[in-house]
Amino acid sequence: MTKFRRILRAGFLNFKRSGLISWASVLVVTITLSVITMIILLQAVLHFSLNQIKEKVDVTIYFTVGASEDKIMALKASLQKLPEVASVTYTSDEEALKLFRDRHSSDYPTIQALDEIGSNPLGGYLNVKAKEVSQYENIANFLKSDNALVLGSSSIIDKVNYNQNKLVIDRLNAVIAGAQKFGFLLTFVLIIISIIITFNTIRLTIFISKEEIGVMRLVGASKMRVRGPFMIEGAIYGVIATIITLILFWPATAWLGHNMTGFLGLNIYDYFISNFFQIFIIILLSGVFLGMISSFLAVRRYLDK
Amino acid sequence: MIYFNNVSKIYNGNSIALEDITFTVTTGEFVSIVGHSGAGKTTLVKMILADDTPTSGTVFFESLNVNGLKSGDLTKLRRRIGVVFQDFKLLSNKTAYENIAFAMEAVGKTNAEIASDVPHVLELVDLGDKMLHFPNQMSGGEQQRLSIARAIINQPEVIIADEPTGNLDPVNTYEIVQILKKINDLGTTVILTTHNRGIIDSIGKRVITMEKGKIIRDDKDGKYII
Repeated sequence: MTKFRRILRAGFLNFKRSGLISWASVLVVTITLSVITMIILLQAVLHFSLNQIKEKVDVTIYFTVGASEDKIMALKASLQKLPEVASVTYTSDEEALKLFRDRHSSDYPTIQALDEIGSNPLGGYLNVKAKEVSQYENIANFLKSDNALVLGSSSIIDKVNYNQNKLVIDRLNAVIAGAQKFGFLLTFVLIIISIIITFNTIRLTIFISKEEIGVMRLVGASKMRVRGPFMIEGAIYGVIATIITLILFWPATAWLGHNMTGFLGLNIYDYFISNFFQIFIIILLSGVFLGMISSFLAVRRYLDK
Repeated sequence: MIYFNNVSKIYNGNSIALEDITFTVTTGEFVSIVGHSGAGKTTLVKMILADDTPTSGTVFFESLNVNGLKSGDLTKLRRRIGVVFQDFKLLSNKTAYENIAFAMEAVGKTNAEIASDVPHVLELVDLGDKMLHFPNQMSGGEQQRLSIARAIINQPEVIIADEPTGNLDPVNTYEIVQILKKINDLGTTVILTTHNRGIIDSIGKRVITMEKGKIIRDDKDGKYII
């Protein structure tokens, strides 16, 4: 315990006495943590936008006029059992007619034609939403498969608009997958670059102490006694950089929330505030880990003897 | 106590720093190692501290082969040796007090021991009023006395002083030599490397003379003869 207290005290003293060098390291760690925070927020925007797009995609199964509602309900139940399906909504033929009339209320010839027919020319339909855009094909295949046919549904299905939408769905699928891959790659590259820059900065600050590390070893200090204070210093860089980063992002996200919500589709400030604790923990752990591991590795080079 | 057995050190395959060195230092001795710059004095000292490894031969500290030691055992060995360097090698971001305290912390002394011993040893080397000074706020002589205080604080069995007066004026040189003699009188083995004729002639103890990495003389009551 005494040993740990001494290491802790030495770490704080070193930080204080290194002055500008310490603050230069804090600045670099702050930049790294800002990049990580920015990536978290960008991922949120990307995720939100992709979800918005996914929400707009669905498949509709149109039934023949007079199709038995029991059969439709049986098909609905079997669709709901599919793991790929997020939701299935049924619109009966009456409701379909009502919606059609509402939609064309200002289109007099259409309404007149409809009145002349007398009976309801529209069938009911099921609107199916998948959990993932890529799963629509499976659902479409299910409808063609024996499972669906056993229920006798092939006779009541008029058409499935999947084939018409297939091209759009496939393209969206490719765009979403591409955006996710690009996002991941960008995150990965930015984080690696930030880590390398931080590591090199901390390595330079420790390089200045290279001689002293040798002296400490020559006066009989154990490796941990030499390395410990540098690691504590690294952790201090991380903690201070976390505080600075979060303070900087407060007004930045507020401005983005105020001015860019329409463009981004997501209020960044609300997201930042509602996820503040999680972001704080991620940034703090990243900063402390980065500072400590960089110091650990940098000191190791000079500890060989 | 310290035994060099046919030790050679060759850098880069052709630069001979030490060649077939064999000698023994017994407990309580005051041994001066003299020679011109580049004679191999500092390399020899580094071998005792295992700060460098011999190309061939072995160095023993009592029964320990210093180059065969693991990191933890090497740390323990170094705690038995106090070292004084020409360039002082003080910790620049620590005060005089903290420099000494660090050496005591390294060997696991308690806070109470540190608080009582550090002021005492600083008084001993006449630095009682410089306790809170950083090395860069002290003169060369003061820094070297601080370095000696750090070397003796843990009562090591051996003090190795590598050109301790190289950067000092005659008055400070005299003081440092007097301190080293006093340490030796109290029973601690002292190994001193220097190329200062006046020092050697005033000490009048064993002198090992080196030239081009070899021992060319080993005199019991030696003088500086090159």
